[in-house]
Amino acid sequence: MSEPAGRALRALQRNRVASAAAWVLGALYVLAALGPFLAPYAEDSIDRSRFYHPPQRLRWLDASGRLHASPFVYATRLADAREWTYVDDPAAPLPVRWLVHGEPYALLPGVRSDLHLFGLDAGRVNVLGTDPLGRDVLSRLLYGARISLTVGLVGIAITLTLGLALGGIAGFAGGWVDAALMRLSELLLSIPGLYLLIALRSAFPATLPPGRAYLAIVAILSVIGWAALARVIRGMTRAIRNTEYVAAATALGAGPARVLVRHVLPNTFSFVIVAATVAVPGYILGEVFLSFLGVGVQEPAASWGNMLGQARSLRVLTSFPWLLAVPAAAIFVTVMAFNLLGDGLRDALDPRGAGEGRGR
Amino acid sequence: MRAFLLRRLLQAIPVLLGVTALTFLLLQLAPGDVLTTLAQNPMVSAETLDSLRRRFGLDQPWYVQYLLYLRNIVLRLDFGESFARHQPVFAVLREGLGNTLVLATAAAVVTWGLAIPLGVWAAARRGRPADRVLTAVASASLAVPELLSGLLLLLFAARSGWFPIGGMHSPGWERMAWGARMLDVARHLALPALVVGLVPLAARMRQMRSSLLDVLHQEYVTAARARGLSERRVLFRHALRNALNPMITLFGFTLGALVSGSFVAEVVFAWPGLGRITVEALQSEDRYLVMGAVVMSTLVLMAGNLIADLMLVVADPRMRDV
Repeated sequence: MSEPAGRALRALQRNRVASAAAWVLGALYVLAALGPFLAPYAEDSIDRSRFYHPPQRLRWLDASGRLHASPFVYATRLADAREWTYVDDPAAPLPVRWLVHGEPYALLPGVRSDLHLFGLDAGRVNVLGTDPLGRDVLSRLLYGARISLTVGLVGIAITLTLGLALGGIAGFAGGWVDAALMRLSELLLSIPGLYLLIALRSAFPATLPPGRAYLAIVAILSVIGWAALARVIRGMTRAIRNTEYVAAATALGAGPARVLVRHVLPNTFSFVIVAATVAVPGYILGEVFLSFLGVGVQEPAASWGNMLGQARSLRVLTSFPWLLAVPAAAIFVTVMAFNLLGDGLRDALDPRGAGEGRGR
Repeated sequence: MRAFLLRRLLQAIPVLLGVTALTFLLLQLAPGDVLTTLAQNPMVSAETLDSLRRRFGLDQPWYVQYLLYLRNIVLRLDFGESFARHQPVFAVLREGLGNTLVLATAAAVVTWGLAIPLGVWAAARRGRPADRVLTAVASASLAVPELLSGLLLLLFAARSGWFPIGGMHSPGWERMAWGARMLDVARHLALPALVVGLVPLAARMRQMRSSLLDVLHQEYVTAARARGLSERRVLFRHALRNALNPMITLFGFTLGALVSGSFVAEVVFAWPGLGRITVEALQSEDRYLVMGAVVMSTLVLMAGNLIADLMLVVADPRMRDV
C-alpha cells in the first residue's frame, strides 16, 4: 500500500465515528450478500392467509411461564378480515428451527441451496411483518438490499471511470475535444437533477424486467453523475500537466496515454475517493426514488424503493406502519453511514489535516 | 449593466438549444412515439391519429420534427399537446409552475425566517448547551433524505389528523370564502413546506452562525465592546449588519434551486406542482409534457441564477465590470 494511503487509513481508524460507519456498512453488505440464506422465504413468495400481518415477537417464555431453550412464536389467526388484525393463540407455540430446508435459491449464479437460517416446521414466521400480498417483509428487505446497496457501488464505479477518463482526456488534450466535452457537461449540469433523472428514464420503456431495470438505473445515474466529476478532474489534470515530473516523464519517452494514466490521474485519487464516498448516498436514493415512483425496480422483485412505495397510502400509514418503518430505517442507516464515512475520509485524506503534515 | 444582461441572455440560447435537443433525442430513443398511448385507446379513430400525426409532423424525419417543435415554442409558446390531460402543455406547465412557486416561497419564508434568528442565537451562545444542541440538530437534519422526512411527516399527518394528507385544496374549495380558502391552502402547505425547508434551514443556520462568529472576532467589535456598549447593542447594531452580507449573496444562489428543491415533497404530498406533473407525465408516457417540463425547469433555474447575479451586481459595484 502506498504511503499516503496507509497514513489516511490510520487517520481513519483513529476517527471512531467513521470507523464505526465503515463497520456498519461492511455488515450491511455481508447481510445483503447472504440475503437469500438469511431470509426465511423468497422475495416473491405469497402467503394468502397472512395479508398485512404485523411483526411477530420472538418469545422465550410461554403462557405457563416456562422458559424455552430456543425462541418460539405463537400461531396467529385472522381476527378481523376488514381491518386485518390477528390474534395470538397461546395454546400453540411454534418453535423457531435453525437451518431449515425451504424454498430453493441461488446465492450466486450456480451456487444453489434450499437451506435457510431459520424457519418454522409448519406455517410462517414474519419477524418484520408481511406486506399487502402476505410476503415476508424481512425477506424482501434482505433481497432488496442486494439491489439497493449495489446500485450505489456499480453506479459510482461507472461514474468514476467515465469522469476520470473524460475529465482526464479533456484536461490533457485541450482544444476542441476539451471544448466539446465541457459544453456537454455544462448542458447536463444546467438541467435540474431530478428533472434530468425523469427525462433520462423516459428514454427507456415504461416497464422493464428486473435485470434491465437495474442496468437502466445504473446507466441513468452515471450519465447524471459524470459531468460534475469530469469538470473537477479536468481542472486538476490541467494543473498537474504543467508540473516538472510530467515533463520528466514525457522527456523519458512516455506517450500521452501513459503519462495520463500513470502520472496524472493517480494524483487525483484522494479527491476521487472522497467524492465517490460522498456521492454513494445520492445513487442509493436515486434508485429508491425511481422504484418508489414505480419506474425503477418493479414488483414482484424487491428493492428498498418499491417497498417504500407500498407505504404511500393512507390505509398503510394509519394501520400498517411497519411497511414504512422497515425500509425507511434501512435507507436511513445506510445513507447516514455513508455520510459519516465520507466525512471521516475527507478529514483523513485532506493533506492539510491536523497533525498529519502534508500527504502525498 | 445592460451589456452584462445582454451577454447573459445570449449565452442562454445555446444551452436552451442543447437542452431541447437532448430531451428530444431521449424521447426519440424510447419505443413508439407521442401517439403510442393514444393509439391504444379504442375510442380514438385512425383518422384522428393520422390528422394528429400530420399536425405534429410525426410523418417527417426526426430533424424536421425537432425544428417544428422549436419553431412552435419560439413563435407561439406552443410546447405541444398533453394527450393524457387533453390540454396544451404550456397551460399545464404554467399552472404547475405557479403551484411550485407557492410551495417554494412558503418553504423559503420558513427557511430564512428561522435560520437567521437561530443562527444568531447559536452564535451569541457559542459553546453553551443551546448552541451545541442547535448545531447537533442541524448536522443531523442535513443527513435526512427528503423522501424519508416527507413520508414520516405524512405518517404524522395520517395518525394525528391535524393536517390533510396531500393535495393542495380540500374538496369544496371553490365554494369557500376567500379567507377560508387561504387557510385551507396554508394547512395543506405546512408539511410539504417543512420538508422542502428542513435541509436548507439547517445549512443556512450553520452559515449564519459561522458568519456572525467571524465578524464577532474582528477588531471593530472589540473596539465597540471596549467603548462600553452593551453586548446586545454590539451584536445587533454592529456585528449583525456585516454578518448578513454573505447571507444575501447566498440567498441569491438559492433562487436557482427554488423550483427543483420541492420536487420530492411535491411527489410525496401530491402537491400539484411542476415536479409532480413531470412524474405523472412520465408514468402516463405523456411525452410532450415530459419535454416541456424539463425545458421549463431549466429555464427557471437559469432565470434564478441570472437574478442572483444581478442582485450581486446591484449590491456590489465592483462586479459591474465583470
